This record gives sequence, C-alpha cells and structure tokens, in this order.
Amino acid sequence: MAIMSFIFVFFFFSSLQPILSLYEDQVGLMDWHQQYIGKVKQAVFHTHKTGRKRVVASTEQNIIATLDLRSGEIFWRHVLGPNDVVDGIDIALGKYVITLSSGGSILRAWNLPDGQMVWESSLHGPKHSKSLLLTTNLIIEKDNSLIVFSNGRLNAVSCIDGEVLWKKDFEEESLEVQQVIQPPGSDFIYVVGFAASSQFETYKINAKNGELLKHESTAFSGRFSGEVSLVSSETVAALDSTGSILLTISFHNGKISSQQTPVSNLLEDSPGLAVIIHSSVTGIFAIKTDAATIFIRVIGEGKLEVVEKTNHETVVSDALTISEGQQAFALVQHAGSNIHLTVKPAHDWDSNLLKESIKMDQQRGFVHKVFINNYIRTDRSHGFRALIVMEDHSLLLLQQGAIVWSREDGLASIIDVTTSELPVEKAGVSVAKVELNLFEWLKGHVLKLKGTLMLATPEDIAAIQYMRLKSSEKSKMTRDHNGFRKLLIALTRAGKLFALHTGDGRIVWSHLLQSLHKSESCRQPIGLNLHQWQVPHHHALDENPSVLVVGRCGPSSDALGVLSLVDSYTGKEFSSLRLVHSVAQVIPLPYTDSTEQRLHLLIDADKHAHLYPKTPEAIDIFQSEFSNVYWYSVDDDNGIIKGYALKTKCSGNVADEFCFDSRELWSIVLPSESEKIITTATRKLNEAVHTQAKLIADQDVMYKYISSNLLFVATVAPKASGEIGSVTPEESWLVVYLIDTVTGRVLHRMTHHGSQGPVQAVLSENWVVYHYFNLRAHRYEMSVIEIYDQSRADNKDVWKLVVGNHNLTSPVSSYSRAEVITKSQSYFFTHSLKAIAVTLTVKGITSKQLLIGTIGDQVLALDKRFLDPRRSVNPTQAEREEGIIPLTDSLPIIPQSYITHSLRVEGLQSIITVAAKLESTTLVFAHGLDLFFTHYAPSRTYDSLTEDFSYALLLITIVALVAAIFVTWILSQRKELQDRWR
Amino acid sequence: MAAVTPLLLLLLLSSAPSFSSGSRNAYNINGRVKIPQGLGLGTKGYALPGRMSNVKVLLNGGQNITFLRPDGYFSFHNIPAGTHLIEVSAIGYFFSPVRVDVSARNPGKVQAALTENRKGLSELVLEPLREEQYYEIREPFSIMSLLKSPMGLMVGFMLAVAFLMPKLVENMDPEEMRRAQEEMRSQGVPSLSSLLPGGARN
Repeated sequence: MAIMSFIFVFFFFSSLQPILSLYEDQVGLMDWHQQYIGKVKQAVFHTHKTGRKRVVASTEQNIIATLDLRSGEIFWRHVLGPNDVVDGIDIALGKYVITLSSGGSILRAWNLPDGQMVWESSLHGPKHSKSLLLTTNLIIEKDNSLIVFSNGRLNAVSCIDGEVLWKKDFEEESLEVQQVIQPPGSDFIYVVGFAASSQFETYKINAKNGELLKHESTAFSGRFSGEVSLVSSETVAALDSTGSILLTISFHNGKISSQQTPVSNLLEDSPGLAVIIHSSVTGIFAIKTDAATIFIRVIGEGKLEVVEKTNHETVVSDALTISEGQQAFALVQHAGSNIHLTVKPAHDWDSNLLKESIKMDQQRGFVHKVFINNYIRTDRSHGFRALIVMEDHSLLLLQQGAIVWSREDGLASIIDVTTSELPVEKAGVSVAKVELNLFEWLKGHVLKLKGTLMLATPEDIAAIQYMRLKSSEKSKMTRDHNGFRKLLIALTRAGKLFALHTGDGRIVWSHLLQSLHKSESCRQPIGLNLHQWQVPHHHALDENPSVLVVGRCGPSSDALGVLSLVDSYTGKEFSSLRLVHSVAQVIPLPYTDSTEQRLHLLIDADKHAHLYPKTPEAIDIFQSEFSNVYWYSVDDDNGIIKGYALKTKCSGNVADEFCFDSRELWSIVLPSESEKIITTATRKLNEAVHTQAKLIADQDVMYKYISSNLLFVATVAPKASGEIGSVTPEESWLVVYLIDTVTGRVLHRMTHHGSQGPVQAVLSENWVVYHYFNLRAHRYEMSVIEIYDQSRADNKDVWKLVVGNHNLTSPVSSYSRAEVITKSQSYFFTHSLKAIAVTLTVKGITSKQLLIGTIGDQVLALDKRFLDPRRSVNPTQAEREEGIIPLTDSLPIIPQSYITHSLRVEGLQSIITVAAKLESTTLVFAHGLDLFFTHYAPSRTYDSLTEDFSYALLLITIVALVAAIFVTWILSQRKELQDRWR
Repeated sequence: MAAVTPLLLLLLLSSAPSFSSGSRNAYNINGRVKIPQGLGLGTKGYALPGRMSNVKVLLNGGQNITFLRPDGYFSFHNIPAGTHLIEVSAIGYFFSPVRVDVSARNPGKVQAALTENRKGLSELVLEPLREEQYYEIREPFSIMSLLKSPMGLMVGFMLAVAFLMPKLVENMDPEEMRRAQEEMRSQGVPSLSSLLPGGARN
C-alpha cells in the first residue's frame, strides 16, 4: 500500500513537470533525419585548389548542392522553386557556382564554400528557346564574363556582380539555336543553329561587344532533327529527321561546308532510327539506335569511320581536358554484375588511359550518367575518378577500382510508404550477455545520476550522450514491447523499394522491382502505391509479412497494371504480375484468408472490379460479403463523384471468375461553371476510435457521428483554382461537403465566401480540419467541422436506458439516415501548408494533435483542442474544467512544439503517422527530399517512464528510506530502553 | 479593423522604388530581409552570413522561391499585377507573412502589410517578429528543484515525522500524556506475539 501510494505520489508530481517538447541534448534519441539531393542531372568537380575537394551537382528535383568528394556528405544545398528547373551549372572564377534556371531566365551565383547567394540576374528575351550556359575566361572591361544564351538572346554577364555587359537578340522566328561555341583562345563566339529546320545558320560574334561579325547560312534538302554533337570547335555532326543521314558541317572562319553520309554506309545492317548522344568529345561522336551504341570518328574533311559498336548499355561522359591540348572521356559498360569503366584519350580510340572493372550491386540497375575528373598521382601520371548516377538514382564515386562512397538519392522521391513489423525475438539469450548488460546498465545509471546532479565532467557528459544515441536497444532487428521498432517500406520513383529501420533509419534492404523495370511490353512503368498484403499474427505466424506494390505501364489511367509481392523481411520479390487490365483504384478489403493474405479489389478504368489474390478461398470469402462492398470515384475534371456497388460476374468474353461488373448507385454532379474539385479526404482505414460519446460540460452527452464512409470534398470557383492573388474576393469561394460514400447523401455543405485553395484537409473520428486562404483577410485560415449524431442523443435519458427503450444496440448503417448536426469554427493560421496529418494511436484513447507541415519545411504539432468548435470567448467555469480554451482569432504557434525542432525536412511532401503498441505514442515519418522520423506522445508518455527517468535516483531514495527506517528504529529502541531505566 | 486597414496603408504609401516595372505587364518585387542579432537582448547587429544563406523567401505559398544576397536583399522577377503573399522561412525566427499589392496602374507604388498584426510597411523590409527557441531549456541544478522532486518531498516528509513529531509529543500537557498512555495500556498494546496464534494462548 505504501509503495502504491508512493508510486501514485511520484507520478502525480512527475506529471506536473512540463516536458512537452525536447531538450537540446535529447536530439537524436528518438528521431533521425536524412538529407538527400535527388537524381543528379549535371555535376561539376572543384578539385584544383588545395583544401576540400568538392563536387557541385544539380538534380532533377531542382536542387543545387555541393558534396564533399571524400565522403559524399552535403556541404550545402538549395532547393529551388518547383518551376525553377536548373538548365545548367558551372563554376566561375574558382569561387562561384553559377546556375542558370527557370528556362534560362534566372542566373544566380553562389559562394562555393558556404552556399550564400552572391548575385542574381534576371535575363529576358524575345522568345522561348534552348538555354545554354558557357563559362569563358574572356575578359570584358576587366571582368571575367559568362556567355548565356536563353530566350532567343545572347548575353554576356559579368561574373563579379551579374551585370549584363552586352546582349544580342536572335529574333528570327524559326531560328533554333543549338550550340554556342567559343573556339579556345579566340575572342569571337559562334552561334550555331537551324532555321526552319532545313537551313543551317552560323553567326560569328565578337565576344568583346556582341557585334555581329559574320552570318552564313546553307540550305539542306532534308530536315534536321534533334541535337547536334560538337566534333571540334568548328565542326558539328547532326542527323536528319529520318535518322538515316549523318551530316558533318564545318564552318571554319564562317565558311560553311557540309558532308552527307548515309548511316547505312557505315553499318552493314540497317540500324533503324538513330539519335545523336550529346557529348563534347573532340573528333568523336556517338549515335544510339534501338539495339546498339555506335561511336564514329571524324577523319579529315567530313570522312567518317566507325570505331566501335557495342550492344551493351553504354554511357559516355563529357570530355575532360587533362593537359594542354589533350582530352579524355569515360565510357561505362555493363557486363554481368560488373561495370567496366574505361577512360580513353579523345585522339586515340584504341588506347586506354584507365580500365577498371567494379563489382556493382544488381539492385542499382544500369548506369544512367557518368562524370569524370582527374588528379595527378604521386608518380605524375593521371588518375581518374568517376561519379556515376544509377538507374535507382543513387550516386557513387569510383576511384582506383573501388566504390569510395555511395548515396541513396532515390529516397528523395518517395511515392508511398507503408510499415511492417519486425520478426519476433527468439528465446534464449546468453547469461554472460545479461551480466555484462547489468554492469553496463548500472554504470550507465551512475553516469546519468552524475549528470542529473550536475557533477559530471565534460567527458562524462559526452559518454552519456554517446550511450543514449548508440543504444543498441533501438536498432535491434526484432519486435519490441512498445512497438517502436518497425520497418518503413518506401517505394521510390525509380521503382525501387527500400526498407528503413525506424530505430536509426538505416537501410535494411533495398530491391529494384522487376515489375517496374522498363521493358518491351512496359515502356514507361510508374509505381502507384503500396499496400500491406499479408500481416501474419494469428494463423500464419511462420510466414513472413509481405507488401503489395501496384504500378502501371504508363502515365495514363488506362495503361495496363503491374503488381509485385515483396517479402518485407528479406526484400525478395516472390511474385510479379503483368495484369491484363488497368488499375484506377486499389481497395484493400477488411477480409483476410487463412494465410492472412488481405483481399484486395482492383478497379480498372472501365469500372470492373478484379479480386486479388486469385484463389478459390478468396472468392468464397468474398461471395459472402459481396453485397457489403461499396466504393466511390472522384472525377476532378468533370466534377462528378459517383458511388458504386458490385453487380455480377464479368459478362466479358473470357470467363474470369475474379472479375465483377459494377453498378452505379449514386452520383453527385457539381456545376462545372461554379465549382471545381480540388481536394478530397477520407478517414484512415486503420484508425481506432475509443469512444462514441463525448461528455460535455453540463453532464450532457453528444454522440459522435463515426462512419468509415465519410468523404470530405472541397471545391473552389474555377477562376480561383489558380494561384493566390489572381482573383478578387468577390469572384472566389470555397465550398466544402461531407458526403456518405455508401448512399451519396450530402451530410453537410458549407460555403466560405472570398476564400480559395490550395486546400489541405485531414479527416479523423467525427471531425475534419482544413486549411485554405481567405482573400478578404489575406491570411490563411483553418476550419474545423465536427459532426454529431442527433438520433442517438435521446439515449442520455437514464430512464430510457433502464427500461431498455434505447437504440444503442441497433446497428449503425449508412442507410439509417441518421439525423446529424454539425458544429464549425474558423481560425487564422500564419503559414502556408504543405501537408497535414493527425496523430494515430493504437486504441484511440490519447487525445489527438494535428501535425502540420509548414511552408518552411518544418512539422508543427497543434493540439486538437485549439480547433474545437465549442471554443468561445468567455467559456463558463464548467467548460473551463472540461478543457475548453478561450477563443482567439488565430491559432498559436509555439516554437517548442515543432516536432522537427531545428531541422528542416526539405521539400516536405507528406507526413505519415503509425501507431506504436504503446497507447501514448505515435510514430511520425515525414518525407520529401529529406526523411525525418520521430516518436511523438500527444499527451506525453503517461504509460511508461520517460527516457530520462533516473532509476539511480529512485534506488538511492529507496536505500535512504530503508536506512532511515533502521536508524529511527534503533533510536526509538534506545529511547525506550532509557525510558524503562528511568 | 478591416475597414481601417486600407486607409492605413494609403497613408503609409511611399515612393520608394521597391517595385519596378518589367516587360510585358510583369513586375519585379524587391525587398530586404533584416535579421537583427540578439533580437531579444536589444543589441542591434546583423546576422552572420552563414545563417543568412539558409533563408528562403517564398511567394504565394511556394510558387516562386528566392534567396537572399549577402546584404539581405531579394527580388522576384516577372510577377503579374495583383495581390501577393510573401513568406520568409528562416530557422530560428518567426516572420509574419506579408501582403504585397502590385498595382498595374501606377507601377512603383509600395503596398505591403504584415498579415499577422496588419501593420503597414512603407518599405519592403522584413524583420522577424520574434526569435523561435525550439528546445526546452534545462533548468540549472538547484537544491530547491531537488527538494521539490518527489524523492525530495518524501525525504522531507520523513524527516518532519522523525524530528517534529517527538517535539509535538513533548509539548503536550504531561497530564494529558499520562492519561493517553494509561488509556493505551488498558487497551493493551498490540504486540507481535499477541498477533501470532501461539502467543494468544499465553
């Protein structure tokens, strides 16, 4: 009893301490953060100077980053806007990184060591065109200059401050400029291009002032197509539009002479349609056909010679000047599980400067790009290092026949995430290990106690911090009692599946999916989503859990689907299917078969439903639930929401007993001239709701309307679907609906006048919270709608309950047309939103918090109590006791409740919450370009001791108490004896 | 308030060339972000460049993103006329979003206002409203905090019982004390032996 009361008192007091957020030394205990840059598009090395060797890279995710060439770590990185696509990068003056972006209209210079932007210039021109960036060592008016061709204008820009020194327009409508060339050591520039696709034009321009020196053009009988390859500073190679005639055009001194060679002359067999590979190697260019890559050398005046023809996947780098007048380039070829890296001098095809064979993980796929750099070895010979970009978007540095470092940049483009449990721990732990652990444990706690009592030396503090961060407990490969250790399974855009450990974020396995691999029958495979296929817990514990990957062969919704089943412990793809139908929707059904495989319904573009797995058992289970399956579809373009149910087996030509026809049950057609659907939201399928009733202040009960078929739809005026500021408040409105997806009944409709999107919404239990822009106040707003079931409200009468005259036991059905009432309230919110989610706990007892991904790429936790429609300016005493916060016009932003603390999850896309086994805790995973994972307890960890609980202090107290008991006992005995003698 | 704001803005309009017209009815928005060092402490310096390089300026919810020059200036190019929203993302600082009106009729006019407190800005100079501290600050060790902890309270309570109770007993009236003791004796002090089944027989 004493212990009980002691524990009670202890918890009572400990709960008074405000430990809502993190202390700085707790960073990294529960959370991890990983930074990525995405698929590299262009890379430039910076190795000339002494000091740290770097590589500057631009990526397809519009990132400009510099990496440490020794370790691959990021020095700095900037994420440009979504429309700010990087066209070219280079290093100027040895200290600035120059980027040309936004279709050639923005030129920026960044300081190489720290990433500070130095200058920015905006370049405009008369028309859209290709954008080309050329760094020169030309000196105009004492400034080093850059030559930029963009938007039909040639600009010379000063490297120092970004000022445009001169500009020259190329306004001819049909002119397509292909190359801007500065012959080395000269002070003029060639601008080379096609006019009307059949004229070859060269302009010779004085680099000092932009004056046109010479303009020549020649007509060509055919039409040009695609790119040109620069063979020398005064010769280019091009292909005609049929892909069968090669042209070499030289324009020495502005005089154009051309040579035509049919491709068939060079090759015996007809190669089919060929394209020129962009490269800049002097004297050699490459063309690529369906089957082969052909390297062609230009000898003398337009004479061509095939030097090599390979059928392997081959990638060529750009030319690298290694010494005066000598160029080298790299070739990467695949051979089985190895890749061959060859560096050749440009003038001599047959000799190799370097030939290395490197064992490559099959899961990385083919090489997509290669960039080379050289260094001088101690024996003064040339050494080379190569940066390669693989099919799975990973980036690797090769040097001396080995992989120096690799970066898994595929994780920068995650499409979907699901989780999987880890294997159960097997019995039998060795005693010695436990004893060691006990000693370590004690030592650890003594250190911790020292820390608590502020007696620890700096070394002790470092040891404590190290111990806490490297706790082997959190990164074990087995299940734990609290359910903190799981596998996060992520599907990336490259078609690769990664399993990350929630403890420390390491990659447990990764697998390049065969089904999402480019092939003859599937040209443009894209991954769609991930589902838990098999989650064994009762019957089939010896089976490994597995995930279902759904994809399709092309961007349109009627492309054929592909499925893969992947074992989540090993990453093995044990089944891969090419479907004969398309995949528009995937519905996981709440039924599992005897091996715990979940039944899935795949809806195709023609609204047929296909059942998976295709087993007789599945069909038996499904038949009994046939009439209970409903689904809906949202057609954003036409503003139609439709509900469906199953009808019969497919009436098609083939007898397929797993295919079902559907019938349309209801449809909601929104007027297209006034409403356009922009967002929908539904409840999470696995969300648990603890209680249906809500007790309110005056001993009253409100019944939540809890239905898993609730759909939130937000529409805006078609005019207002654009960006902020494009419409006036009068002509924009936002309408929100709550729809029951079984019956199509609109439960609630509300209009926000003068508001517009983008709308971010989250639906949970009986409420929905959404974020939008209020044009009148010119601020963002968040609104909450709570929906209550009025038909159950009579049940609060005790007498009715006693007599049995209540409807609590009647089944909840969408068809019962419940009488609902809604409550709603709106608040201002400061930031734009990128994502919104809600915490999820295993039983739904813990109060909810909203997780808000702000525009600054941080994740903010906001208590749901701030979004309670019953908030009022002056809550009554009873309401205050219930926990209702007085109404304020805007929602508070408390810096300590940023769960990402001082980190940014760059390019934040979505926030995923997973319930741990411990009721108080939610696992939060936020991904974008970066990954961030943490544990979050919305109402603090009330069901377990926190990590910083001091066991040692507890022990000492107990020991002290026991000692005190003995001392007082002895004292009292002695006193009693004295009393007796008296 | 809503009615007052436009008036307020009109009064604060100045001819600072924050907006310069570009080509094709597109305008440039130029502004400056100032981050005073040691905001709360009252010392006015300016943030270190290393920190400035991680500041982003976002237009209309991330549609355009730009960065700061070393002196804190930023600009958006090719922006159509209309009302826009500028947000500043800087770790460690809280910036209010700024409403910016780009007027097509009279280019070169500044109309900017903080949306958080509806304060008009005569120039597009953005300063953080406050610093953001993301971590709880550990309170330094003190005897009081140790005493206030549950263990401390327990020890304190025990000490109080052990040392104050006898004092209280001593202060009692000797007569009363004797009476109480006699009362207890008559009832018989429950001893351990009397509780045991064997001891009851004695």
